[in-house]
Amino acid sequence: MPQSMNDEIKLSGVHKWYGQYHALDDINLEVAKKERIVICGPSGSGKSTLIRCINRLEAHQQGQIIVGGIELTENEKNIEEVRREVGMVFQHFNLFPHLTIVENCVLAPVWVRKMGKAKATEIAMHFLERVRIADQANKYPGQLSGGQQQRVAIARALCMNPKIMLFDEPTSALDPEMVKEVLDTMVSLAEEGMTMICVTHEMGFARQVADRVIFMDQGRVVEEAAPAEFFDNPQHERSRLFLSQILH
Amino acid sequence: MLGRLILTYPATARRIGALFVLFLVAAGLYSLGISSAWIGKIFPSAVDWLKENKQLGRAISAIALALIVAFNWKLLQLLPRRQQIVAVWLELFALLMLFFYSFDLSLPFIAKKIGFMISQGVVTTLYISAISIAIATVIALAGAIAKLSKNGVIYGLATFYTSLFRGLPLLMQIYIIYLGLPQVGYVIGAVPAGILALSLCYGAYMTEIFRAGIESIHRGQTEGATALGLSPNQTMFLVILPQAMRVIVPPTGNQFIAMLKDSSLVSVVGVWEIMYLARTQGQTEFRHIEMLITASMIYWVLSIGLEFLQSRIEAHFGRFNAR
Repeated sequence: MPQSMNDEIKLSGVHKWYGQYHALDDINLEVAKKERIVICGPSGSGKSTLIRCINRLEAHQQGQIIVGGIELTENEKNIEEVRREVGMVFQHFNLFPHLTIVENCVLAPVWVRKMGKAKATEIAMHFLERVRIADQANKYPGQLSGGQQQRVAIARALCMNPKIMLFDEPTSALDPEMVKEVLDTMVSLAEEGMTMICVTHEMGFARQVADRVIFMDQGRVVEEAAPAEFFDNPQHERSRLFLSQILH
Repeated sequence: MLGRLILTYPATARRIGALFVLFLVAAGLYSLGISSAWIGKIFPSAVDWLKENKQLGRAISAIALALIVAFNWKLLQLLPRRQQIVAVWLELFALLMLFFYSFDLSLPFIAKKIGFMISQGVVTTLYISAISIAIATVIALAGAIAKLSKNGVIYGLATFYTSLFRGLPLLMQIYIIYLGLPQVGYVIGAVPAGILALSLCYGAYMTEIFRAGIESIHRGQTEGATALGLSPNQTMFLVILPQAMRVIVPPTGNQFIAMLKDSSLVSVVGVWEIMYLARTQGQTEFRHIEMLITASMIYWVLSIGLEFLQSRIEAHFGRFNAR
């Protein structure tokens, strides 16, 4: 079987502009099933834009993005199909504040997957159990701490049984003592073989679980390497500078 | 200098301030031309003295009233908050009733007419308002979504609509619909014309309220819903609107109350609602003011009903904010 058949995600020659600003500049990236990718880079380097193109929260303007064998184009049906299979976790959680924790988790399975409410609740409780927050199921998001909310957001995404999980700086908005509980959840997810793309500056996490680290700057992929290699022996001047900044 | 005095002797400063306010109230009452007749009513023996000393009598009247207000204020401060609110309502209501009582109204006449006012007028007003409110809400929702649309045609339609119906006086809209539509071959009854005008006008105002409410919800909510695979419609009705309601409900309650009273404009095309009856029922015995005050009080009672409804709905949509 050729390697490309194993690719869960394939980006080739992807460009994106915001007006004059070149946000993504010729991105080529292949992610295999069960692969864990960490994307890092300075702010404004296009890393968030990149993963938001993978579930088309942002539309790319040139090039090709194929997710799970489906190409992302204007075609609404394709977009819907991709979004059903790709879970996303945001920096600011984006939980629905008017719904309880369990209602947050049940919403999409019931309305998108047309699952029965009882079944959806059962699944929701299973995943809430997994992120160790089942006892808060009937509270509202505003009553939970940031770390708890982010774990709920992960559970909510998992309830859709996604093949791929995207993480957009999941720990950046958290108090320091809450970062670990979220990272632990992500590590256990990685250990179960989830295909993951994480935009994060948590270098410990990258070392522990990433198969590859991708360093971006000014909309381009500057360096792509195994974590040990990237951290211990960065090839590019820009990567070295970035690492020296964040590792102090 | 003054600031230092206040900081050094706060208690004294407060007392002087209170006296000053008391003096201001009394001076204000006096300069507004307060009469001293009420003292004469309470103490008949003082009537003659008051006649002889007009200015002095008025000054005493003003000071006495100011003192009564101050005493009342002090007394109310002793109550817990809930009872304060009830007491203020009762006092002000009693004053209002006293004011109406001074018109020398004929209560038997009101009693004779109020049954018809309610069975005909209130029913008509309520049913015109209720239907208009329902239609206006639907229009407002559609208008708001249209105003947020990227499609230029839809946006153009929505902006023209809100501009026109917010820009024309409601009275003109009622006339234009009632008298103008027959010109193009569509004869419309007075009640449907009224309902149409009210819904279109308030729909236009409420479009802006709904739009602002929807825009107040953070973009992350749409992104979160979209990433989960919810369609744009599902996102709007399951995620955005339920949250926007918290912003939308209070000003919409205002609009409902305003519409309830603006439904009185429909009387110009001969609909027998509260205002029309108030003007016509009093004519036979030249008791206009009785009917007008009765009608006003009925509008007030209905508005209080709507206020109550609004607070219930607000509590419903705000419940997730409880801790």
